[in-house]
Amino acid sequence: MNHTLKNHLCKLSVGTVVVGKWHHHAYKIIKLLGNGANGAVYLAESKRGLVAIKVSDSNTTILSEVNVLKRFSKVQGVALGPSLLDVDDWFDPSVNRLIPFYVMEYIRGEEFFTFIKKRGKEWIIILMLQLLSSLEKLHKEGWVFGDLKPENLLVAGMPPTIRLLDVGGTTLQGRAIKEFTEFYDRGYWGLGSRKADPAYDLFAVAMIMIHACYPRKFERKENARQQLSEMIQADATLRKYHKVLMKAIDGTYKQAIEMKRDLVAALHHNDLLKKESQPPLRKTRNQRKMQRKAKKRGGIVETAVIVATLLFAYVLYLYGQVL
Amino acid sequence: MRKGTLRQILLITDGCSNHGEDPIAMAALAKEQGITVNVIGVLDQDTIDENGLREIEGIAMAGGGVSQVVYAKQLSQTVQMVTRKAMTQTLQGVVNKELKQILGSNASLEDLPPEKRGEVMEVVDELGETVELEVLILIDTSGSMKTKLPTVKEALFDLSLSLNARIGDNQFSVFVFPGKHGNTEKVLDWTPNLESLSSVFPKLTSGGLTPTGPALREAVAFYFEKKRSLRGLISGDESYFEESSM
Ligand SMILES: Nc1ncnc2c1ncn2[C@@H]1O[C@H](COP(=O)(O)OP(=O)(O)O)[C@@H](O)[C@H]1O
Repeated sequence: MNHTLKNHLCKLSVGTVVVGKWHHHAYKIIKLLGNGANGAVYLAESKRGLVAIKVSDSNTTILSEVNVLKRFSKVQGVALGPSLLDVDDWFDPSVNRLIPFYVMEYIRGEEFFTFIKKRGKEWIIILMLQLLSSLEKLHKEGWVFGDLKPENLLVAGMPPTIRLLDVGGTTLQGRAIKEFTEFYDRGYWGLGSRKADPAYDLFAVAMIMIHACYPRKFERKENARQQLSEMIQADATLRKYHKVLMKAIDGTYKQAIEMKRDLVAALHHNDLLKKESQPPLRKTRNQRKMQRKAKKRGGIVETAVIVATLLFAYVLYLYGQVL
Repeated sequence: MRKGTLRQILLITDGCSNHGEDPIAMAALAKEQGITVNVIGVLDQDTIDENGLREIEGIAMAGGGVSQVVYAKQLSQTVQMVTRKAMTQTLQGVVNKELKQILGSNASLEDLPPEKRGEVMEVVDELGETVELEVLILIDTSGSMKTKLPTVKEALFDLSLSLNARIGDNQFSVFVFPGKHGNTEKVLDWTPNLESLSSVFPKLTSGGLTPTGPALREAVAFYFEKKRSLRGLISGDESYFEESSM
């Protein structure tokens, strides 16, 4: 019974109108955005425009996710997750029962890996820095994201900004992580507990970076720490962050902001080294600005020389006149 | 709300029972005594036969628990998910019961407007984090399960990792069936962590019969015995959450 209901919920047909029993808002299903163990998410049309709607056979799932989304909306000024728009039950005549659902902001974006593939690896570090800023805020509020993985990261807008999706794993610090995915879970790698602390998320950030450079998923080996360390060393993009990533893997960072700071330092450290040893291939924006400034200064000198020469000629001319 | 203990049996099997009582009846017996029965069906490569599948779902339904069929590879994630899900389900049953006392006999969560449900969920979450949990793990070691035992062992380590991250205490015990001398054999008595499994697992031999029903019955008896001996010790103060349907 449960199984068939779940199946049914991932296959709502286009055009189905979901109407809430309590608030009477209507949502017309446009297409499936994705489905997982806990329900299905659809793109839908409503009076407010496009929205994302999550339906589930489990009241529990809907309720705990709604609780988290509500909390997030209270975190001032930052969009940690999609904003929550409506919570309701829908009487689905085809299965003859109430289906709990919630409605959230539709985030029009691309999955993290798709974006990287299209736009280039240099975006990895930038998006990870953004992610760390969001995590810092979340952690400050006493939460841990939990199920951090590329599938739950959308890159949206201009400038491209990372957004967190699927708050099903979001857990109060000090409690057991509610939901996780093995590959990004430090417990699976034998490198820590499943008690929610900020370091739990930071481990996942390190794994996302590694996975971004090794697109094919790999399995843990006997000595997982060494395995990961070697993989980081072997990759041209990751190598320069080796120390930072290992600290995240070991759970040394207690705050996202520390990891962010070290990543930035590692990024620039390399730039500085490059500058000393070889001429930069591609100028960064900062360098370009500096050069422009230098050019400007050069310009002033040039003008001065020209003015001086003209003055001198003029003086000679006057002198000649007098003579 | 008082603090209590959740009691579960986690049955890990790969097929059909072929000996003794009907396991579905035994699961119903467990439920009557406040013990939830969860079942994980472990697949080999492709399929499980229709009868096996029906039995797995039937046992979980009769036992008020959760069932899931998986490939051996995904076992770890599934074992902890099923256990947690069953916990939430039972706790929600408990909370629903209390709600009925407050709101009247017909009320359930769905009768509350969505805005009000959040708090109920927080209570369930809170309980799930702090409640004491006892899991009796019942492993089918007949025939084809043999090759899957290393994976089962890993999944059980993983389970204790997940559950021990909670604030509440856990107790695990492990039985296998068929046993050397009877239907079941206890390989690990109540313990808060499953580390000691490592020494037990390699020694397991597999037998031909699959006495799932008798194994369930003996598991329930083992629980019963524990409860009784505890009663003797601490004059029956221990309160258990009774299973209630949602
Ligand atoms: N607000 C949203 N805007 C756009 N896409 C979304 C949104 N919410 C979910 N999705 C898409 O739906 C997929 C599944 O949603 P998710 O919440 O992860 O479900 P589950 O927890 O069941 O896996 C996501 O991976 C994402 O692609």
